[in-house]
Amino acid sequence: MDWWLTFSRAMKWFLIFVFLIIFIFIISLSTGMIAISFHDILNTLIGNGTAKQELVLFQLRLPRMIMALLIGAGLALSGAILQGLSRNSLADPGILGINAGAGLTVVLCIYFLHGKYFTSPFFLPMFAFVGALTIAIIIYILSWQKGIEPNRLLLVGIGINALCGALLIIFQMKMDPRDFQKATIWLTGSIWGAQWKYVWALVPWIVILLPISFWQAKAMNIFQLGESVSIALGVHVERQRRFLLCISAALAGACVAVGGGISFVGLLAPHLARRLIGPNYYSLLPLSALIGATLLLVADMIGKNILAPADIPIGVVTSIIGSPYLIYMLLTRKNSGLQN
Amino acid sequence: MVIPKNILKKGFNHPITWCITGSFLVFLSFLLSVGLGAVAIPLHVLIDAIVSFQPDNIKHQLVWEVRLPRAFAALFIGAALAVAGAIMQGVTRNPLADPSIIGVTQGAGLAIALCFAILSSGSYWMLLGWSFVGSAIASILILVFSNISKEKFSPVTIALAGVALSTLFSALSTGIALYFQVAQDVSFWFSGGLSGTKWDHVYILIPIVLIGLTLSLWISRPLTLLSLGEETSISLGQSNHKTRVIGLIAVILLSSVAVSIAGTIGFIGLIIPHIVRLFVGHEYKWILPSSAIAGALLLLTADVLARMINAPFETPVSAITAILGVPILLHLARRKRRSI
Repeated sequence: MDWWLTFSRAMKWFLIFVFLIIFIFIISLSTGMIAISFHDILNTLIGNGTAKQELVLFQLRLPRMIMALLIGAGLALSGAILQGLSRNSLADPGILGINAGAGLTVVLCIYFLHGKYFTSPFFLPMFAFVGALTIAIIIYILSWQKGIEPNRLLLVGIGINALCGALLIIFQMKMDPRDFQKATIWLTGSIWGAQWKYVWALVPWIVILLPISFWQAKAMNIFQLGESVSIALGVHVERQRRFLLCISAALAGACVAVGGGISFVGLLAPHLARRLIGPNYYSLLPLSALIGATLLLVADMIGKNILAPADIPIGVVTSIIGSPYLIYMLLTRKNSGLQN
Repeated sequence: MVIPKNILKKGFNHPITWCITGSFLVFLSFLLSVGLGAVAIPLHVLIDAIVSFQPDNIKHQLVWEVRLPRAFAALFIGAALAVAGAIMQGVTRNPLADPSIIGVTQGAGLAIALCFAILSSGSYWMLLGWSFVGSAIASILILVFSNISKEKFSPVTIALAGVALSTLFSALSTGIALYFQVAQDVSFWFSGGLSGTKWDHVYILIPIVLIGLTLSLWISRPLTLLSLGEETSISLGQSNHKTRVIGLIAVILLSSVAVSIAGTIGFIGLIIPHIVRLFVGHEYKWILPSSAIAGALLLLTADVLARMINAPFETPVSAITAILGVPILLHLARRKRRSI
């Protein structure tokens, strides 16, 4: 019961973050354009609130915050898996261009099928998944040169990211104004238009992919020992890597489809988790998901309150928090920060 | 310029031959840039417009008020960006240094967003001043960063730091633009490309670019030595400090004036110096002038493409340069590590 040992050792942190999430969730529920006291929230939750309070809580705040939690967990896991499979602590679906690839397919969808049945929230994650996977495969192939060298992977990713950005701009400029508005708001990574239907579109992806990625923890632990050791221990390195890449792309794609371009969560959360409990993926993956959810919940709360009544897109908030951290990581990393 | 004696010996392979060919091509594309567009202007009308201008002839007006300033701006901004990239690559000894990759362009962008937000409507001089301050801060940040980073000037470190800085800057710009409700102005200006160029801009642009070019040529010899390695250049008795400071001033001048007119046009500073090196070798006294010529050629052509691809609408020229630039970036990422 190797995994249980690691898991229980990290239990303290799991509990801390679960409580943190509950705490922030309650604060975030009661703050915003219309302040609702804690007492009123409880009343509304058990069905005794006024119509206005019910509208604000159930139709506006709850879907948005649940979405933040799901997206945060999904992106954090996607980043953790990417970092594990490339053995590169700087990998992140945003930096590598996987998010941009997903975004590109979604914009193409809006462009070619504007308003038709395919753009319903349930189809968007699938298109985004296709885009994310395509980009992931392209990056993988382009950085392949007798193996994947971490630095090359990052550079290729940065390049592909720029390319997707350019294509995005070209297609956006060709759109009609209504679609353009829709695409722009969505691309900046804002979840303030969140509705229950988007939450329901995201839930199945997370529910299926979360356990699958936890189940892969053992393989990822072995990966960390290096390629030759993994082969000696009986892991099909390439097959396993491709499978993990698919999961990571699926998670990123689904999250981007509903949340837009939210960057740096996939970088930050696993990194913080690694600092707290070390590199064992049995506990690292769940803790990353928890931290990611916390981060996005906080970012959402900051975004809606700091410059109220203006609503700052959540992607902007995560960038402002995340990029200084990336610089700090670059400054302090030893030996490229890569576990070679 | 004194024509070296060995030009006959080296024949067509001498840098001067390439410079002359390049200048000829620049002249051709300049004519194309004036002639092509929503309304085609034949050569004889163009000559007429220049020699005997008639104010009531609409084509003559078009040539003078729209096409000529735009072509001049493309010419000088292309040259400025390419030379800024070449200097950056020499000073940091990093093949990936380019104003747009390391965040200098986005720094200027942030300053301009601030300018829009605070002053609502500023004169062009104001805009230029802010852009200058913004790019100066960004370049100094990146130089300080690469000096205190443990892995000095490693390509991937600088590219990632650039990603972090530029995401931070653009996130802040978005936040500011949304809060002060100038988002439309800012995004129009960001992706505006060269379409709004006036003679007033060109009058300021040309002298500044010329100053920047002169500065860069002044340090071309020490730059060549510096690009061979810090120890080599110190042992040959030159002050690297002075070279760096002058180079930095030139880069800031060139990129800030380019950004203040054309918005964020990326990758020219990355592509051009690498292509030019294939033709003229590694001496900066040749790299710099031929980069200027090739950069002008590239931006003139890209600008014509931007007008033609989706006529009568404009495609952002930054998207076109990115599509051209990314393959080069990928090539650099894939090739074996080699100093420039």
